[in-house]
Amino acid sequence: MTKTLTRTGLVALAVIIGAYLILPVLIVVPMSFSDSSFLTFPPGEMSLRWFHNILDEPVWLDSALASLQVALLSAACAVVLGVLAALALVRGRIPFRNTITAVLLAPLIVPYVIIGLASYIAFLQLGLTQTTLGFVLVHTCLAVPYVVINVAAGLVSVDRRLEMAAMSLGAGPVTTFFKVTLPLILPSVLAGGLFAFFISWDEVVTAIFLSGPDMTTLPVQMWSGIRVQIDPTVAAISTLVLLVIFGSFIVLGLTRLIQRLVRRRMADPATNTGA
Amino acid sequence: MTSATADSPTGGLRGRLHLSRLSRWMRFDGWGALILPLLVFLVLVFGLPLVVMLSRSLTDPSLGLQNYRDIFANAVYPRVLGNTFLIAVIVTAVTLALAYPYAYLMTLVGPVWRMIMLGLVLVPFWTSILVRSFALVLFLRDTGAFNSTLETAGVIDQPIPLIRTLTGVVFGMVQVALPFAVLPMYATMQGIDRRLLQAAESLGDRPAGAFWRIFVPLSAPGVAAAALLTFIQALGYYITPALLGGPKNTMIGELIVQQVSTVLRFGFAAALATLLLLTTLLLLVIAGRFVDLQKHLMRRP
Amino acid sequence: MTAALETPAQTSTGAPISINAVSKKYGDNTVLEAVDLDVRAGEFLTLLGASGSGKSTLLNIIAGFTQPTGGTVTVDGRDITSRPPHKRGFGMVSQHYALFPHMSVADNVAFPLKRQKVAKGEIRRRVAEALELVELGHLGGRRPSELSGGQQQRVALARAIVFRPRVLLMDEPLGALDKLLREQLQLEIRRLHQEMGITFVFVTHDQDEALTMSDRIALLRHGRIVQLGTPEQLYAEPNCRYSAEFVGVSNIFTGTVQGRTFVDGVSGRSYRLEGAAGQHGSSLMVRPERLNIATVSAPVPDDMDHVEATVDDCIYLGSSRTVQLSTDAGLHLVARTEVPRSPDGVVPGARVNAYWDVRDACVLD
Repeated sequence: MTKTLTRTGLVALAVIIGAYLILPVLIVVPMSFSDSSFLTFPPGEMSLRWFHNILDEPVWLDSALASLQVALLSAACAVVLGVLAALALVRGRIPFRNTITAVLLAPLIVPYVIIGLASYIAFLQLGLTQTTLGFVLVHTCLAVPYVVINVAAGLVSVDRRLEMAAMSLGAGPVTTFFKVTLPLILPSVLAGGLFAFFISWDEVVTAIFLSGPDMTTLPVQMWSGIRVQIDPTVAAISTLVLLVIFGSFIVLGLTRLIQRLVRRRMADPATNTGA
Repeated sequence: MTSATADSPTGGLRGRLHLSRLSRWMRFDGWGALILPLLVFLVLVFGLPLVVMLSRSLTDPSLGLQNYRDIFANAVYPRVLGNTFLIAVIVTAVTLALAYPYAYLMTLVGPVWRMIMLGLVLVPFWTSILVRSFALVLFLRDTGAFNSTLETAGVIDQPIPLIRTLTGVVFGMVQVALPFAVLPMYATMQGIDRRLLQAAESLGDRPAGAFWRIFVPLSAPGVAAAALLTFIQALGYYITPALLGGPKNTMIGELIVQQVSTVLRFGFAAALATLLLLTTLLLLVIAGRFVDLQKHLMRRP
Repeated sequence: MTAALETPAQTSTGAPISINAVSKKYGDNTVLEAVDLDVRAGEFLTLLGASGSGKSTLLNIIAGFTQPTGGTVTVDGRDITSRPPHKRGFGMVSQHYALFPHMSVADNVAFPLKRQKVAKGEIRRRVAEALELVELGHLGGRRPSELSGGQQQRVALARAIVFRPRVLLMDEPLGALDKLLREQLQLEIRRLHQEMGITFVFVTHDQDEALTMSDRIALLRHGRIVQLGTPEQLYAEPNCRYSAEFVGVSNIFTGTVQGRTFVDGVSGRSYRLEGAAGQHGSSLMVRPERLNIATVSAPVPDDMDHVEATVDDCIYLGSSRTVQLSTDAGLHLVARTEVPRSPDGVVPGARVNAYWDVRDACVLD
């Protein structure tokens, strides 16, 4: 009796929390299709005017392109540095391992406001604020832990006998990496890269410090759109951003699924080579 | 469990560099050396600016501790610090109170519902904080969904002021913090052997008693990690309090941005940031004795 | 808290458990089918069966962790079917020990006493006593993770008996231990049973364990009790072929009873039936130690039946020797002889007579 009561209470609470978790999505998407310029609730007449608005105002497109450029470059840097570091963490002997790991994970812990201010102060002297390079450097720092974590998790599950087999067949370490190891951890690398891309694409706090008239990213543009007065265009952009993010995750999920199916089919010959 | 203490970012470089220590630095093998590019990158791009910021706080406008003295000279700034601390405490408490039953239910339901519940946690994880906070402004403001629904239903005559209040800030920050708390809690709870609860019941304990005496203590490491993560992050929030809070609820993050963007007091902002950084590190060092945060951070989200 | 826990008598006596038409279904899947079983006060009863036989389900129903679909469980004549586990006051030990990892060994053992709000000094005394009983008196301060598997199971045992339950339930408690340790703990559990005088219900799939430890054994198959009896009864007088094959090793001829003879359906040979005459069934069973072996040239005594066979292998086991045979009809037989009595000429490939006293053969369904 009390058990079912507790269960019911727990489920009810979880439903409320679940709704709370996706509340922003439930709010923003309908609002972006509203005709009213005051974003009232309920939204009323449906319209696509805010989506048209995005195309009419060049600032949105410019900042989106800047964001895309920064996010792609940051993801690329984070993947290269992160994959190497993950290999070292999983395979290598590293002195002061825990200290070094703590340094790698530090960008996850240190508040972004601090990172933003510190890089702003340092970059001002170097003339790196409001430059693509400046953004990429900072965003790579923020994104690289996600690549390391993902790739390290993927590497742990790689069967080292496959690499040994490749080496025994005459492949050097570099060839072995590109021909055997990398294909095996590719899903993790892609996942890490995707995470890195979105960390940069979404990032607003450090970007506020580094932005200016010469260069502004999309989140910062949205930020000023909200701050000054509530511009419904931001709701439309938010909807598009959500679409891009969850679309990519669905694609990633499908890729992983296919990868798993393919690997399962290849599992038998693979173990044969190992033995 | 204790490894995090000795190896926290501050701990490793303590003490004199003996020759034997120096030789330990050389002991990377071929694979281990692959970490060096990232390490050098982080030291230069992440570490060096922090040092520059620290030195700026001690030199701008003049050499000395003037900036730090200024923080406490005026009643306004200590109030911001107190606010920050208070809000972080409330947010952590509310987040844990919500995340615990949610994570607990995740361990009870079947695999399909577990995936759905996990999905619900990951949606905000990957929705930008800006979008989320913006949406919550739309939800909570006087003409927003919350107030207009209640008004239409006749529950209230006048909108309840929610944005620019403490309630609004907490509502928004908890929303942001929940995923970070649910994930480590769930990971820990998942590892708890359910049969221990049965054993407790067979030894004469009520089901509720078994929950409190067996399950709760065993889930404590996950709760501690969640609490630490939530609290540290809450201290440094900027976007959410800036959008949802009022002038009375200013947090240190907003103050730092304000000092740079409107007053251009770089040295003072740097001092505030340094204070926040030191507080964060101190918390990590103290809590590191009890919490293996690295383990939780290294888990794939 | 409740009646069942208020048994502070210095020496507790075992409680009788009565299981009446207990059944358990999961959807269409029937796990237990109207089981009736009376466990006598103070006896050591073993529920023996293969996995999926329903033995653990029955134990969980007695413990209160599983609700039966039908039927009742009574203790001392009182219906406890819907009483929750914590109000039953039975001790329970399981295969995975289930020690609380965040408590010391002593705190684990003290757990049930604290729930009963026993005075502190009394708790200390009884914990020490219980740990002494399982020979772990010196390890009270350790954490469970610092103990070996055997030690952990002893702690679990001490924890289950410290509050003097009138019934102790054990679900394959020795399953995770290696053979030597298992045999040692079997004897210890038997000793505990004799010292405490409470009712033990023990679940195992290991027939040797069941034979070694039990006063009575209930053999389960497909959710029914196939046979209930003392170890001797189960071994010497199995009431069906399954029972004969599950408990001990058996040689079984398949065929039909025709009057006072049993006709082997494969070879066509007929064997005399003495005590078993008049029964009907399709199997004739002879235990390996009742099967004698002699070279074909030696005469077979009058009151014996025999079958010719070829020796496949002789296995020396120290005190005994196992001889594996094949009859001409292709049936595999096993004979066990004491080593000094091993006849000459029994070597692989030899032609022999396998013979048995007609009173040692029994007919099974």
